Amino acid sequence: MDEAPSILPLRLTGVTYRAGGQTLIDGISMDLSAAGRCVILGPNGAGKSLLLRLCHGLLRPAAGRIDWAAGNGEWVRRRQSMVFQNPVLLRRSTAGNIRYPLSLHGIPRSERQAAVDQALDRAGLTEVAGRPARVLSGGEQQRLAIARAWVTRPEVLFLDEPTSNLDPAATRAIEEMVLAVARTGTKIIMTTHDLGQARRLADEIMFLHRGRLLERTPAAEFFAAPQSDEAATFLKGDLLC
Amino acid sequence: MTDLNAAFALALDMILRLDADLLEIVGLSLRVSFSAVALAALIGLPMGAAVALFRFPGRLVLNALLNAFMGLPPVVVGLIVYLLLSRAGPLGVFGLLFTPTAMVIAQCLLITPIIAALSAQTVTDLHEEYDEQLRSLAAGPWQRLLTLLWDGRFRLLTAILAGFGRAVAEVGAVMIVGGNINHATRVMTTAIALETSKGYLALALGLGIILISLALGVNLAAMVIRDVARVRYG
Amino acid sequence: MLMRRTLLPLILLTAALALPVSAAERFITVASTTSTENSGLFDTLLPAFQAKTGIEVRVVAVGTGQAIKLAQNGDADVLFVHHKPSEEKFVAEGYGVKRFDVMYNDFVIVGPKMDPAGVRGSHDAVDALQKIAAAKAIFASRGDDSGTHKKEQSLWKTAGIDVTAASGQWYRETGSGMGATLNAAAGMGAYALTDRATWISFKNKADLELVVEGDKRLFNQYGVMLVNPVKFPHIKAKDGQAFVDWLIGTDGQKTIADFHVDGQQLFFPNAGKMGS
Repeated sequence: MDEAPSILPLRLTGVTYRAGGQTLIDGISMDLSAAGRCVILGPNGAGKSLLLRLCHGLLRPAAGRIDWAAGNGEWVRRRQSMVFQNPVLLRRSTAGNIRYPLSLHGIPRSERQAAVDQALDRAGLTEVAGRPARVLSGGEQQRLAIARAWVTRPEVLFLDEPTSNLDPAATRAIEEMVLAVARTGTKIIMTTHDLGQARRLADEIMFLHRGRLLERTPAAEFFAAPQSDEAATFLKGDLLC
Repeated sequence: MTDLNAAFALALDMILRLDADLLEIVGLSLRVSFSAVALAALIGLPMGAAVALFRFPGRLVLNALLNAFMGLPPVVVGLIVYLLLSRAGPLGVFGLLFTPTAMVIAQCLLITPIIAALSAQTVTDLHEEYDEQLRSLAAGPWQRLLTLLWDGRFRLLTAILAGFGRAVAEVGAVMIVGGNINHATRVMTTAIALETSKGYLALALGLGIILISLALGVNLAAMVIRDVARVRYG
Repeated sequence: MLMRRTLLPLILLTAALALPVSAAERFITVASTTSTENSGLFDTLLPAFQAKTGIEVRVVAVGTGQAIKLAQNGDADVLFVHHKPSEEKFVAEGYGVKRFDVMYNDFVIVGPKMDPAGVRGSHDAVDALQKIAAAKAIFASRGDDSGTHKKEQSLWKTAGIDVTAASGQWYRETGSGMGATLNAAAGMGAYALTDRATWISFKNKADLELVVEGDKRLFNQYGVMLVNPVKFPHIKAKDGQAFVDWLIGTDGQKTIADFHVDGQQLFFPNAGKMGS
């Protein structure tokens, strides 16, 4: 974050993704620039998760380009993190999970403990630091996943429907963490099908339907007056097929 | 049946008075097999994981070989190692024949395929669960391999135990490469073979009972460790 | 990572368990036979030699055929078996330095108490074998190219009987050592040819008893020789020769004569008496 050049903006040009004979992402082009909380909204099957994975580099597009500002080297991956719908935790302690990416990135041991403690504190997990990660509750596990994603101070944090499986109390805790992370300067790119969540968290909305990017608007505008019929249908709460 | 009773009595007697010869033989059995397992784990765990994770030329062949060699007859392995280590063979200059080291080598060859094959299976299963997350964290290929191995450590412990069981129970390999030399390369299984050939069946059986108890003890200890650790680490 | 904490102890453990390759001790390797080992002779002989010379003797006891092969590969320093023709061939082909007589004992035929072939008490081995063949009584053979096996084959030949035709029927080749063959004979109620020493010390006689002995043709000569250090430079020639010399010398010969099991002398020293 200090001297290294920023990896943003991220530019997608005509990105297409196919699987099982179907076109699931259909020619999406966009620029994602620094800072802010961008929420990708849309019905199930719209391709939100796929788009996230394409941006993060977990999938390769069938056509088109995905370019980060600073090139496409391995180190660009390290400046981003992702949190999945179901947290994937290693069979070790809570603190151990947070420590893991630090050791991967070669952070010297002497600096690791402080970073881990801070991340635990931010996530409200200090008390369970020594517990096996897998015995934590669903909400705690997801907080841990975010803490782990954030401990390396990424420039971009992707989150794929992080609260779909959580109860309201846990959901609130996650949303607060996301806001806190955003405040430290990390760009948030998040998917959700929950309108309320989108309203609470988004600066900017990208509306996806059937693999196409239909709208991209600042949040307030989007909720007040969506430009596309599909978005309007979706906002009304009707089924959008 | 009288042999069985005599066997138990003999076994108990030898244990209670801490028979020196018995301790020597048991000690050597454990040292040889533990060393072989440690070595086989060092080689087999990453090998199996690599076969599961990486794409490289000959991968399918190696996988097939590993699975096939799981059932290698110990006496065949012993013969091959003898031919390699014999003074008339390519590695004869090291003078390893009829030493415990040769026995460790033979047993290591015997159990590495088991450990590798089970390691490959475990890593394959974990890979499905973890792959996306590990790639997201920018873990390099070898880092991913080590992470999966460590995460699968409880299942891998089972694989290692299976290897130890096979090693400590085999007689074909250590007989040929060790020579069953008194006070030098005699282990439990070769001692049992010797006493049987002397017709001293009760003693042979007694030694057998001790061997089985040992294997049982090691297994139990490992199971306890595994269960305790699983509760602690999930 | 946690890697360091597990890998390092694992490596240290392996190193700690790594077995010393017996570097400092002074020892020779002797290729000998299972029958000699099973008799228990070595348990008396070897400590006596070591006390005298400080040299440890490591005996690899296998069948005579395998013992000779080991020596031919240079995997042993001394060969100590009991089949004179093979031993002389060994020396003639340049593998051994010089062959010496050491001791002798004899072979005996053992068989089931009920003695279906009616050979008990005989002193004629060849005649006994003919009777066994005629009665088609079960006979357990070593079948492993050992000294005992070769002696057995020569007796059948003298008796004019081709046993290979009956292999698997009344003639059973176990392909194993003396003890295993005797175990099999005990289990099958079979006749078998065995050296007396193994028989006396064998602990699973079951229903078997000694039926034929005393035939001159049952003579069993043991020989010892140093493996050729010219052919195999790594051979411990000096210590190996020391063992050979001790065996055929007064000390070794007396130790052999003094070795008794159940009040019986198993081996009769005869070094230098008949000449090699």
